[in-house]
Amino acid sequence: MPVPVRIPTPLRKLTQNQEIVQIEGATIRDVINNLEQSYPGLKERICDEQNNIRRFVNVFVNDEDIRFLQEAETAVKPGDEVSIVPAIAGG
Amino acid sequence: MDQSPFFSHLQCRECGRKYAKDAIHVCEFDFGPLEAAYDYEVIAKQISRDKISARPRSMWRYRELLPIEGEATVGQHTGFTPLIRAQRLAEHLGVRELYIKNDAVNYPTLSFKDRVVSVALSRAKELGIQTVACASTGNLANAVAAHAASAGLHSFVLIPSDLEPSKVLNSLVFGTNVVAIEGSYDQVNRLCSEIAGNHGWGFVNVNLRPYYAEGSKTLGFEIAEQFGWRLPRHTVIPMASGSLLTKVHKAYHEFAKVGLVDSTEFSIYGAQATGCSPISTAIKNNTDTVRPVSKPNTIAKSLSIGTPADGYYAIRAMQETGGTAEDCTDREIVGGIRLLAETEGIFAETAGGVTVACAKKLIEIGRIPRDESIVLCITGHGLKTQEAVAEEIGRPAVIRPSLKEFESLLEQLAATN
Repeated sequence: MPVPVRIPTPLRKLTQNQEIVQIEGATIRDVINNLEQSYPGLKERICDEQNNIRRFVNVFVNDEDIRFLQEAETAVKPGDEVSIVPAIAGG
Repeated sequence: MDQSPFFSHLQCRECGRKYAKDAIHVCEFDFGPLEAAYDYEVIAKQISRDKISARPRSMWRYRELLPIEGEATVGQHTGFTPLIRAQRLAEHLGVRELYIKNDAVNYPTLSFKDRVVSVALSRAKELGIQTVACASTGNLANAVAAHAASAGLHSFVLIPSDLEPSKVLNSLVFGTNVVAIEGSYDQVNRLCSEIAGNHGWGFVNVNLRPYYAEGSKTLGFEIAEQFGWRLPRHTVIPMASGSLLTKVHKAYHEFAKVGLVDSTEFSIYGAQATGCSPISTAIKNNTDTVRPVSKPNTIAKSLSIGTPADGYYAIRAMQETGGTAEDCTDREIVGGIRLLAETEGIFAETAGGVTVACAKKLIEIGRIPRDESIVLCITGHGLKTQEAVAEEIGRPAVIRPSLKEFESLLEQLAATN
């Protein structure tokens, strides 16, 4: 079952301006790979050349930063919401 | 409006891609921060010590190095706070040459945030933005609310719901919309990041952040000018997001680059509270990977940012200049506030206690030498965080209006002191 993924403003050009897209996946890594299938070009914005989530990208499952969970291997289940949020803000 | 001949564009700090001077803050390609870029050759030709010295005593005397097109329209009286020689604190700490840069008396809301908001709102007006907002631990909310009121802009300030009452009151009084979020600052910040693009608002520390952040440079410019157009050898700065520290570092480099100071050696040190110390922990572990703190727990609420946006760059600035970071307990923070108050007559908020306490530690362990110039940056006023010290500083002695009672009180005091 797909989960809603919230797309930040700087990436919405790649999702035809959709703020929320529905993506399948059992982990965050799956979700990112499947995002790329539906919206080509998204993955290289989120991940670096080593396939790691970029330094300035925060990913949340519901209210929790995945760095407090299992990073890219964090499980995603029906009813969850994934958010991709630019890290540069605040202070 | 005429384009500034000095401020050229925004640029991604990671990949160098250039962007127009809009209300945007991250690179579309790698999410790196966008930063204001200048034409330093033009600035170097136009700027001089004499020219600056002849201008009004505000942060805008360095306008060539600030990211707006025209003249400042908001916060024209902000900045140029005192740099004082702290003789008694120096004696206490056993150092030769110590100074306090006192932004606790910044205009109009008594913290360094008046600087960043002056720039952000001046730029917001140039961009035609009518509603401004922020995610704040308190001081920024106060500054946004006050400056928006005087500029005739609508404002929303979003804060964690557990802030000090004085910081909440000091926003409400200006007629702003205060929204208290039941969560940590990092959750407030995330919410602001998600709504920033939605209503055409200017979030000073989200989509106006490239402009906002540059305002912090003026703290560094002022230190250099007030220190006699020289750079102090050691500068200690409190860290929340790490932005102020990176911008003082940038300010020192820019002054050297445009020929206002001779290029000299300087070191930058960051100070955090142990209860929220993601940046100092990374430095101590010798890594540039900042592990976020999910539940900050310290009385220094103005520094309680568990996911510091500029942590990575702050670490680089400290390491490049031979500085380092330190952190201190709540007990040490209160000690720092009292020490500064009792030796120099300056009442700092908790972040100031952090700066003093961490500087004391760095001096005691020999990391900051005792015989070189040191500047401590005090960034906010103690009246805003009174509860931090309320239980520690005693109560007034109460007597009847009688000479006899007064004399006997003096005897008692003499016996206990």
